[in-house]
Amino acid sequence: MSEVKIITANEAAAEAAALCRVQVIAAYPITPQTPVTEELAAMVERGDLEAEYLTVESEHSAMASIVGASQVGARVFTASSANGLLYMHEMLHWAAGSRLPVVLACVNRGVGAPWTILNDQQDSISQRDTGWIQLYCRNNQEVLDTIIQAYRIAEQTLIPVMVCYDGFVLSHTNMPVEVPSQDEVDRFLPPWQGQGLLESGRFVNLNPLILSEPRPDAQGNLMPGYMELRHRLHEDVLASLAVIHHTDEEFQEIFGRSWGGLVWRYRMDDAEHALVSMGSLALEATRAADSLRVQGLRTGVIGVRAYRPFPASALVQALAAVKTVTVFEKDVSYGYAGALATDLKAALFDAGVSVKFSGFVAGLGGRDVAAGQIVQAATDAILNEPRYGWVDVRGSST
Amino acid sequence: MAETTKGPLFARSGPAPGEAGRTGDWRSHTPVIDHEKCSGKDTCLLCWLYCPDGVITPDFPLEIDVEYCKGCGVCAEECPREAITMIEGRKTPAPPKRS
Repeated sequence: MSEVKIITANEAAAEAAALCRVQVIAAYPITPQTPVTEELAAMVERGDLEAEYLTVESEHSAMASIVGASQVGARVFTASSANGLLYMHEMLHWAAGSRLPVVLACVNRGVGAPWTILNDQQDSISQRDTGWIQLYCRNNQEVLDTIIQAYRIAEQTLIPVMVCYDGFVLSHTNMPVEVPSQDEVDRFLPPWQGQGLLESGRFVNLNPLILSEPRPDAQGNLMPGYMELRHRLHEDVLASLAVIHHTDEEFQEIFGRSWGGLVWRYRMDDAEHALVSMGSLALEATRAADSLRVQGLRTGVIGVRAYRPFPASALVQALAAVKTVTVFEKDVSYGYAGALATDLKAALFDAGVSVKFSGFVAGLGGRDVAAGQIVQAATDAILNEPRYGWVDVRGSST
Repeated sequence: MAETTKGPLFARSGPAPGEAGRTGDWRSHTPVIDHEKCSGKDTCLLCWLYCPDGVITPDFPLEIDVEYCKGCGVCAEECPREAITMIEGRKTPAPPKRS
């Protein structure tokens, strides 16, 4: 039987990892991720969770340990935030390049300097090109459900999955969360068999230096070169779009909840204007859309759940009929625009969809974004010239 | 490589000469074995065990396949009798004439 608990997203993440019967956990505490590690450490200490909990000296070591454990067939979990996640960067590439089904909870936090412990999504966006699948959650229930889905996706595609949720906004906020029973999760998520590398009397050198050209190995088999393996990873990350979509459907069959797969829609059926965002900010945008409708602007919201792989077709389809698109995001690519706005604009251009397009950077370093501010920026973008801008930068005009 | 229906997913190899191609031309120093110090009697084969390229024979007198030896020097470092010397250069010196 499932049970409704009033818990934070961090507790939901720890509950989810335990329900997935993770076997090895390695994590280094960092605000706002710390309660995830504390909760899991306590579960292991109490004997409620049969897992190895490795206390490591850094995030780099945490991911390196997880990579090793996953490589020999363990189901693994770790979590991080901000500068900790950045410290993992090298090993994030290593996990994806080794095709390991690692699941990481990224509790989104702004990156120093200047120092902040509060929320934005610059940390995970900065890991965009590591070859990981990135899924963004809008509430605590989605965090729990998405971590369970993430293992299915990762183990089916052999691509690591980063489950991202906003620090403090979700990580330290209590909400009712339906925690499924172990039986239900076991039915959805069978044990992982590993890559079959461990065999008695067999020596294996993993990730040896390989050259760019394909070449025969000592036994005469043609081995792919570096570029072939990179291409394979790229193709498989693209192909994971379908896996993410279907996994959400299969999840619904057992648990009765769907999160939209790649993207979710709010009041889009008759919408002329679309607000596009990720994570908890997208949920705030739904309140803004309600207000804009009261003003006579028929507005809906598209929430991007999968950022990598980028669901270009799903977004183009969802936005094909609107007149304006306004993106709100908690990250920026310095010297150009927000990452989501840039990618979305490219997808629309490729599909020949011509809309009035604006992109706003909002809520960096934990600055609160109220629905009214989204309404104000969106109204301006809808009625006036499209532009790239920032929301609520104080002491200067935006 | 991990095999799947669509071919290898990630890089993997077994310890065998030639797994990384003809690596002998990476060498800046070449190992030379003194067969008087290492004669086979009570001998350890640590060099054979440690060689990352698997290019040393386990039979006596030991031979090193210089076509694949990268010249890392691990064998010389591990040899307890100091029977292996790293000589500068890629070429194997001509064996000394026996007196």
